[in-house]
Amino acid sequence: MNDSTIIVAGAGQAGGWAARTLRKEGFGGRVVLVGDESHPPYERPPLSKAVLTGEKPIESTHLFGANDLADLALDWRGNVRITALQPEAKRVTLNGGETLRYDALIFCTGGRARELSVPGADLPGIYRLRTLDDALALRPLLQSGASLVVIGGGWIGLEVAATCRKMGGHATVVESARRLCERTVPPDVSAYLAELHASHGVPVLLGAEVTGFTRPAGGELAVTLRDGRELVCDAVVTGVGLIPNDDVARAAGIACDGGIIVDEQCRTSDPSIFAAGDVAAAHNAWAGRRLRLESWQNAQEQGICAAKAALGQAVQYRPLPWFWSDQHGVNLQIYGFPSASHAVVERRQSEGSSFIRFYLEGDCVKAAIGVDAARDLRFARRLIESQREVLMERLADTSVPLSRL
Amino acid sequence: MSTWHDIGAFNDFVEDEPSAVSADGVSIAIFRVGDELFALHDLCTHETAPLSEGFVEDGCVECPLHQGLFDLRTGEARKAPCEKPVQTYPLRVEAGRVAVQVLPRIALAE
Repeated sequence: MNDSTIIVAGAGQAGGWAARTLRKEGFGGRVVLVGDESHPPYERPPLSKAVLTGEKPIESTHLFGANDLADLALDWRGNVRITALQPEAKRVTLNGGETLRYDALIFCTGGRARELSVPGADLPGIYRLRTLDDALALRPLLQSGASLVVIGGGWIGLEVAATCRKMGGHATVVESARRLCERTVPPDVSAYLAELHASHGVPVLLGAEVTGFTRPAGGELAVTLRDGRELVCDAVVTGVGLIPNDDVARAAGIACDGGIIVDEQCRTSDPSIFAAGDVAAAHNAWAGRRLRLESWQNAQEQGICAAKAALGQAVQYRPLPWFWSDQHGVNLQIYGFPSASHAVVERRQSEGSSFIRFYLEGDCVKAAIGVDAARDLRFARRLIESQREVLMERLADTSVPLSRL
Repeated sequence: MSTWHDIGAFNDFVEDEPSAVSADGVSIAIFRVGDELFALHDLCTHETAPLSEGFVEDGCVECPLHQGLFDLRTGEARKAPCEKPVQTYPLRVEAGRVAVQVLPRIALAE
């Protein structure tokens, strides 16, 4: 194995864990880690929180310590991207023209922030938030107490709005769908989020479509909505979705469908090519369909799994998805895929604002969402994974410890 | 001066409910599994989180922040993102009282 080469395409969290796992599992060959950012592998969750506020330095997001890349003999290429792939020849081409042969290739290329294609979208003052550089560009603006229009009522938009308020600014969330986080939570949770923001001084405009941006000479930035309203602000931050970076794979004939398709072994349609993280689309048993999981947990766990699979180990990646978001001092966590078709049981102490909602099919808990309820949620996870039958009344009864169910 | 510090009665420590104690200025998390007790430094080696608020299962404690695992007996990291082991401390039970041993530390220049 010593003269083998494994290329990890994409040096984010998934790529970082894939590379680290290759070494941890004893791979002694060459590991090349190619990333289009100038930063070594880092985690993204703090970009809309502690890095944006400045509470944490950017190094706190890094996966590797100062000497790790060298100690692990990882050949990290920053500011480099793979532009072409020839699967039959097991060769990739880098943007500088260099070609590299591989024995195994792991795609961890993630995605790029979707841009709004409306008039004025290229005006100065319109920001996105996907990378560390994006966060660093936005931070000074928020530190001076800006008034923002946040376009997109998904997790990024909501966290940016909350962070903006925390830093003394103002934010208005503009969402084109009828409710917040429509793709990932049921309507009751969308309502909770809208109320959370409203109670912290963040107006939420639903069913509001952006039709353009204008900035008259010397004037402020204005966001125009379909209904004719105009919102004036210092800056705009858009969080309107992630486009998976599956272009190179697709052009090379690897099966893709809104991401690089992988099986439970993180393997693509080519037996020597694997994928993990935001770019990978896999069937998830809990969702009952194929989808990409855009989460911290998936980046880490699927990255680790893909590396083991690339080394020929028997693996099975069947995650119960776990996701969290911190907004306005509140920690919200989700296990599984709660949906409007589930029966809901709420468990709430009489005092305090924390609660947990269980989503059931029949007598089995399939998903759970909790607010400031990390410990209870951990028991919920155990219930979901065991697929044990429970009595709804006991779930709701706070005198019955969840550990007993 | 003894390196052993009394931290309570054996039955103060309850299964599924880790405790946080302080001994010689060190924050220590105490875990009970059956009739055994384990002591780990009450700080995850990955990020700032108290292991005493973690979840115990299968001989490991799960850090509440990112769900990495540490072996209760050895302190070894068992699951990502935890990599570095956490310090363990010897415990002894005598006449129903629990004591933890904290050895003198030499401050190392960074």
